[in-house]
Amino acid sequence: MRLADVAHSRAGDKGTIINCSVIAFDPADYDWLVEVVTPEAVRAHMGPLIQGEVVRYLLPAIGAMNFVMSRPPGDSVTRTLGLDAHGKSLSSVLLDLPLPDRPDRRAVERVR
Amino acid sequence: MKTIRIGCGAGYSGDRIEPAVELAERGDVDYLVFECLAERTIGLAQLARLRDPESGFDPLLGDRMRAVLPACRERGVTIVTNMGAASPRAAAHEVVRIARELGLAGLRVAAVTGDDVLDEVVAGGYALVESGEPVASLGDRVVAANAYAGIAGILEALGRKADVIITGRVADPALFLGPLVHEFGWALDDWERLGAGTVVGHLLECAGQITGGYFADPGRKDVPDLARLGFPLAEVAADGTAVITKVPGSGGRVTLATCKEQLLYEIHDPASYFTPDVVADFTGVTFEADGVDRVRVRGGHGRTAPDRLKVSVCYRDGFIGEGQISYGGSNAEARGRLAIDIVRARLAMAGMPVAELRTDLIGVNSLHGDGRNDVSPYEVRVRVAGRTGTADAARRIGAEVEALYTNGPAGGAGAVTSVREVMAVGTTFVPRDRVRCHVVVEEA
Repeated sequence: MRLADVAHSRAGDKGTIINCSVIAFDPADYDWLVEVVTPEAVRAHMGPLIQGEVVRYLLPAIGAMNFVMSRPPGDSVTRTLGLDAHGKSLSSVLLDLPLPDRPDRRAVERVR
Repeated sequence: MKTIRIGCGAGYSGDRIEPAVELAERGDVDYLVFECLAERTIGLAQLARLRDPESGFDPLLGDRMRAVLPACRERGVTIVTNMGAASPRAAAHEVVRIARELGLAGLRVAAVTGDDVLDEVVAGGYALVESGEPVASLGDRVVAANAYAGIAGILEALGRKADVIITGRVADPALFLGPLVHEFGWALDDWERLGAGTVVGHLLECAGQITGGYFADPGRKDVPDLARLGFPLAEVAADGTAVITKVPGSGGRVTLATCKEQLLYEIHDPASYFTPDVVADFTGVTFEADGVDRVRVRGGHGRTAPDRLKVSVCYRDGFIGEGQISYGGSNAEARGRLAIDIVRARLAMAGMPVAELRTDLIGVNSLHGDGRNDVSPYEVRVRVAGRTGTADAARRIGAEVEALYTNGPAGGAGAVTSVREVMAVGTTFVPRDRVRCHVVVEEA
């Protein structure tokens, strides 16, 4: 299972800092996602695409988390020579995070 | 209870125009907001103004106004926009000119200025957050410094019965909060309502990003009719709660999921969303379905506005030169990598440091269509991009890629080159009393 099977994400930027939301399709998965999608797991998964610490904010009222991270200096909106100056594709990287199986195997109900 | 209907007709400078016309004609909106000013856009606008004092505003201002002014005039829709960029007054003249051309005599157009703090930050010894160096140390590379102003100028313009309000740099949510404060008479220290109104503004400010744009992922998150994506409007109540919706029959969708994604777009600490008018708190926000393509939002909070305002400092930061060329068929990747080696060697021979280069291999089906996937990768597109101090050096990068046609690996195809000047953005902060808005109202 990957994060994309149970959650959706959007990337945004402010200079060298980017944020990626992680929003549970089913709010019932939220507590489990908080357990498994830790800042450390995100840090490891993103690898060299980010640098330094990952900061996580929780929004239980909407079943969401917000991950804030820094891109390497060479990847800032201003400095990058890459195509994705704003880091908009980084949410797609995060959604490929492999997840352990859920404790209960509820069918994925996508809340829209 | 009084409800204000406020729509968003653009979420960035190049955004689609028809959805705004749809909102003006069929959205029954009281206000139509166009958010068109990205961070570095104002630096580019300032460069344009230096070349021609009558320019320096959004290049699509005329097209957008011609498209929406007749419907807005007929229905009494007030327009608020930051399309003034570096020249709100020149933009206002242009709108007055267009209004006369369209026969809209008496249309009142306001220009809101005061965000330009370039002299202040250069003379006042302000330091850039990113480098710690004074702004003045950038010398003549500095192009513009604009503070994120709040709602004051918009409020004054609304008080003076403007039909079209054109600002330079203001905080994006302020474009929406201004009309709400004006309509509901919220006190400027009613932090709770200002926070709630800021949530509404934040949700709307990227236009189609809350109606299904920047959202679709086929098979996972499908969105109908993105080619006719409808732009959003909010029905806002006096207590700051709102329903986000769009024009019936337009493309896209408004769902809990689209609203949640947009709430967290470009957010750091959701408990502290800094704006010039209030520090908004998004953590209590909840969404509730309220019918098809209708989502009710409540629970936005706020607290005291900050003492200092953020300033974006735009400065010239060299050039980026780029070249691309494609290779196809078996061994395409090896030829692409050889091409990169050749370009690196050539640029090194020319004295350009290799550390300044980035190279990529791109490709799926650009050369010969789908169905030729017996070798993998079937094609690669070499992309070489480098940062340089001068435009001439930047051109050299593209030239070396193009020269691969006759000097490089077999079958090089479709070379393109480009050069662009880099506009960098730094940040500083000024005490809020250094930003004084000024409003001029003209009549068509």
